Amino acid sequence: MESLALLMVFGFAAAVAGALLYIPSLIAPRRETPIKLEPFECGKDPVALPEGRFAIKFATTAIFFIIVDIELMFLWPWAVLYRTLGWFGFAEMLVFLGILMLGFLYIWRKGGLEWD
Amino acid sequence: MTTALAVRDFVAAFVLLNAVIAVVTYVTLLERKFAARMQSRIGPYRVGPHGLLQPIADALKLMMKEDVVPATSDRWVFNLAPLVFLIPCVLIFATIPFAPGLGLADLNIGVLFFLAVSALEIVGLFMAGWGSNNKYALLSAMRAVNQIISYDLPFIFAALIPVVLGGTLRLGGIVEAQRGLWFVAYPLLGQLGFLAYLVAMIAAENRVPFDILEAESELVAGFRVEYSGMKFALIQLAEYAHVIGTSYLGALLFLGGWLGPGPAWLGLIWLSLKALAVFLLVTWVRWSFVRIRVDQILGISWKLLLPATLSLLLVAAAVVAYSGGARGA
Repeated sequence: MESLALLMVFGFAAAVAGALLYIPSLIAPRRETPIKLEPFECGKDPVALPEGRFAIKFATTAIFFIIVDIELMFLWPWAVLYRTLGWFGFAEMLVFLGILMLGFLYIWRKGGLEWD
Repeated sequence: MTTALAVRDFVAAFVLLNAVIAVVTYVTLLERKFAARMQSRIGPYRVGPHGLLQPIADALKLMMKEDVVPATSDRWVFNLAPLVFLIPCVLIFATIPFAPGLGLADLNIGVLFFLAVSALEIVGLFMAGWGSNNKYALLSAMRAVNQIISYDLPFIFAALIPVVLGGTLRLGGIVEAQRGLWFVAYPLLGQLGFLAYLVAMIAAENRVPFDILEAESELVAGFRVEYSGMKFALIQLAEYAHVIGTSYLGALLFLGGWLGPGPAWLGLIWLSLKALAVFLLVTWVRWSFVRIRVDQILGISWKLLLPATLSLLLVAAAVVAYSGGARGA
């Protein structure tokens, strides 16, 4: 039943947002000129469109994120079951985090966390 | 029986959505008034008594505005982005228990659901930046993704501290575990955890001092530079809804949720006051600090907050293990 309620909120939010997007097309003015429809660049004529190449640093951040994100997947069930695991769970997590943090330290020492 | 429950859910979902939109609209007025007071101005004053009708006037005005779609934009992505951005930001309110028994769905995976859904806003954000086909918007969207995924990690680690202390993912259960002593009052652990939560929250919302994706002086309005009229309003609405939702989560996780003196029905007011306090704290930071550099922002996340929140989480775990789960395993 709870998922049904969530689905309803989803539906209502989509309906309201859709309606709000549709209403302006009925009442708002529409006077298009070629200059108005150009991409905004502070008044200059755009020379070229962005071609989709980025600094490689964005990609390295994504990779680091995945490393820690996988760690996070194990932390969720661990945090819930922690009361029943006790010190055993603590030691297990310490070993697990220790191994991952070795990798993290390696990234750090190699300069992977420098953005300049 | 099931139809009665479905009807009840239907009404509750409708009320919740309207309440969220109404509150969020007025929160924009609150922020403007608050900022104005900090700068010795009055703020919106003309529309209605003390400017109280200003949000309604703004909404009407934005509806009447021409909706410009740039000729080079990717139309489908551009038009869908505000919708994709708004839905997760509203959906996070569905799991918040506003008082005992007063909430749409107090899921047994509440915290996980909240964080998972609230992280989805990044999809809409990137769609907006990509679909605009504008250099500023695209740069801003790349920076935003970079920053949000960097700060999601310390944010989640900080949110896990109350989960370990409370021993449950159900938001209502976490609040009940704070009866007697709020998690923020745990010596050192609570305060540092709350501080890390606040910093990560501000950064994940892309607010000043972490607003490099907007940075008015260089990227104009960032990923929403090409948006006008109601689409712009929806993006703003979604951003504020996200901030308010995260403030509620902070109040539930660290500040004792609906717990407070007085009868039980005051719970909603206590929770809202605490969430408002968190929101005002964030706003205060916004209007007091200056923007910091990209490398500093990422450095704070990876070199400071990530190790710090992980250590705090382990300390919290050690405290729980030491007390042997005395408060009922």
